[in-house]
Amino acid sequence: MEKMPKWADVVLIPVISLLLAALISALVILAIGEDPIEALNLMITGALGSTYGWGYTLYYTTNFLFTGLAVAIAAHAGLFNIGGEGQAMLGGLGVALVCLHLPLPHWSIALIVAALGAGIFGAVWAAIPGYLQAKRGSHIVITTIMFNFIAFAVINYMLVEVLRPQGAMDPASAKFPEAVQLPTLHDLLAPLGIEFSKSAPANVTLFVALLSCVAVWGIIWRTPLGFEIRALGKSEAAARYAGISSVRIIMITMMISGALCGLMAINNVMGEAERLVLNATEGAGFIGIAVALMGRNHPFGVLLAAILFGFLYQGGAELALWTNIPTELIVVIQALVILFTGALDNMVRIPLERLFLALRKEPN
Amino acid sequence: MDFLTLIQVLDSTLRMATPLLLCCLAGLFSERAGIFDIGLEGKMLMAAFFSAAVAAVSGNVWLGMLAGIAASLILSGLHGVASITFRGNQLISGVAINFLASGLTVLIAQSWFQQGGRTPSLIGNGRFEDITLPFADALADVPLLGPIYSELISGHSFIVYLALACVPATWWILFRTRFGLRLRAVGENPAAVDTAGISVVRLRFAAVGICGVLCGIAGAYLATGLQAGFVKEMSSGRGYIALAALIFAKWRPWHALGACLLFGLLQAIALRFQSIEILGLTIPVQVMEALPYILTVVILAGFVGKAVPPKAGGEPYVKER
Repeated sequence: MEKMPKWADVVLIPVISLLLAALISALVILAIGEDPIEALNLMITGALGSTYGWGYTLYYTTNFLFTGLAVAIAAHAGLFNIGGEGQAMLGGLGVALVCLHLPLPHWSIALIVAALGAGIFGAVWAAIPGYLQAKRGSHIVITTIMFNFIAFAVINYMLVEVLRPQGAMDPASAKFPEAVQLPTLHDLLAPLGIEFSKSAPANVTLFVALLSCVAVWGIIWRTPLGFEIRALGKSEAAARYAGISSVRIIMITMMISGALCGLMAINNVMGEAERLVLNATEGAGFIGIAVALMGRNHPFGVLLAAILFGFLYQGGAELALWTNIPTELIVVIQALVILFTGALDNMVRIPLERLFLALRKEPN
Repeated sequence: MDFLTLIQVLDSTLRMATPLLLCCLAGLFSERAGIFDIGLEGKMLMAAFFSAAVAAVSGNVWLGMLAGIAASLILSGLHGVASITFRGNQLISGVAINFLASGLTVLIAQSWFQQGGRTPSLIGNGRFEDITLPFADALADVPLLGPIYSELISGHSFIVYLALACVPATWWILFRTRFGLRLRAVGENPAAVDTAGISVVRLRFAAVGICGVLCGIAGAYLATGLQAGFVKEMSSGRGYIALAALIFAKWRPWHALGACLLFGLLQAIALRFQSIEILGLTIPVQVMEALPYILTVVILAGFVGKAVPPKAGGEPYVKER
């Protein structure tokens, strides 16, 4: 018999962990001499109080959806993909090469082609650590960390030596042509008569991310592949006895995961910056870890967690603008979320299990 | 490249290798006891900030280093509680610690000093002075050996020599003492150690504690030896390079020294030259920066000898009841 009802596992534990993280964040804000309630109010008005705020919140949400889904699907196969950052960087390179070198007449075609480019680059970058794990037994956590740094060097080299236009000083590619500019939410909602801020970066990629959410759900729970992924994640020995090739599943899972991270680039590189810059990913690959942990590796949970982190990022930027609290506060909150929902999971779980067991015994 | 340049690059190598070596040995203790630690970076960063902050306020670098070690130990304790007491995922705990340090250091620095996330520059007793070894000045004029002794070997801060001394010390503790035997055993087969009546939990906490102290010293060296004060993200991936060196060295102390010197040399070269030419081939600086990571992946993949981590690494120990 289960020690706890399912809803407690899926809802109660993440909520308690989140409250603990929020409580400590509030203490941190108090400790640096600011008012946490006022800070929260500022964050809410800054991130959700206007269509401009929403535009940024949803832009960040889109990034975190991709990286969160990537970490989540890898986790179902028992793989911890810390390499989202590098895979997203490579995705950006794929997008830049496609947008700068192919004659793309319209944004809809550009979106599909760029998504392919981003996905393939991300998938290949994840496939190497996947192969090394599957075939050579190299620990995927270490190799993906190393690949983040190697990716940074690759992008740095490409921007400085290859993609930088003649005469330009900063390491960045040329601006993408006008034809490949993705429509923002303002452009998309205007025909429906809905006013949306013109300067916010949220764009059509949001819908690609939502589609990916559904697709990942479908893959994990509605396909034979998903069954094999989950079987491998639960027990490698059992999966092997059932005739599932662990090499094949690890490779496929890592390539899906890497492709999802790569896809993030159509949001931040093609949708927002419209050129490839150094450090375009801004740590979104790592936030995927927090998002997947909080979302319990379920696409719907990932969606909720991505919205929450989108809110935190936009709210945090507003805080830095109006108060003395630097944006690093968000990094602290992110760390606390990872700590409580990931590493200290048992700290919340064990007392709760005892509580539920005690409650169950009493009626008898 | 003339002789003097070579000496200067090697001198810089020693300086760059010191934080790597301390962190690498820190990770060695932890991982030999079966606790994976990817939070080396965060602990070093936290220690760098607190040592610089306390040294700046008190004007005493020793107090600063103690504060740095204390800060690093607190994060170590957190890692221990998460991964030993609550049997959580050690990798996730390490990731959390890295972010915690990255955010908290800037947050506190901004709140204390209002200088955009940095500490005031350290002067005078706020830094570790370079130690001139005996006869360094007298021997400087001796050809060949003179510059090597006076420029390369002499004239580093106390921590550089301490880090070098830590290598034989680590070897001796791990391979010649009872504590070391037990520590290695707990990383290979904790159940056997438990059966022998030795506390797995206590041993692992001891290892994590030593790891914290060494990371603390590494951080103090970054902020008070290598540079004069704390700046945001000043560890800049050194904790991960140390992790790479640890794998490169296959979890052995003397090899760790070799690996850290090699990676230190790569950093020193990347720092001094924008790109270098070997046999008519121009090697861009980015290759130098990426080389430690590429080498580690190659080693991990087992193409050049197999790197086998401690057997029980990463797995929490559950005592049978």
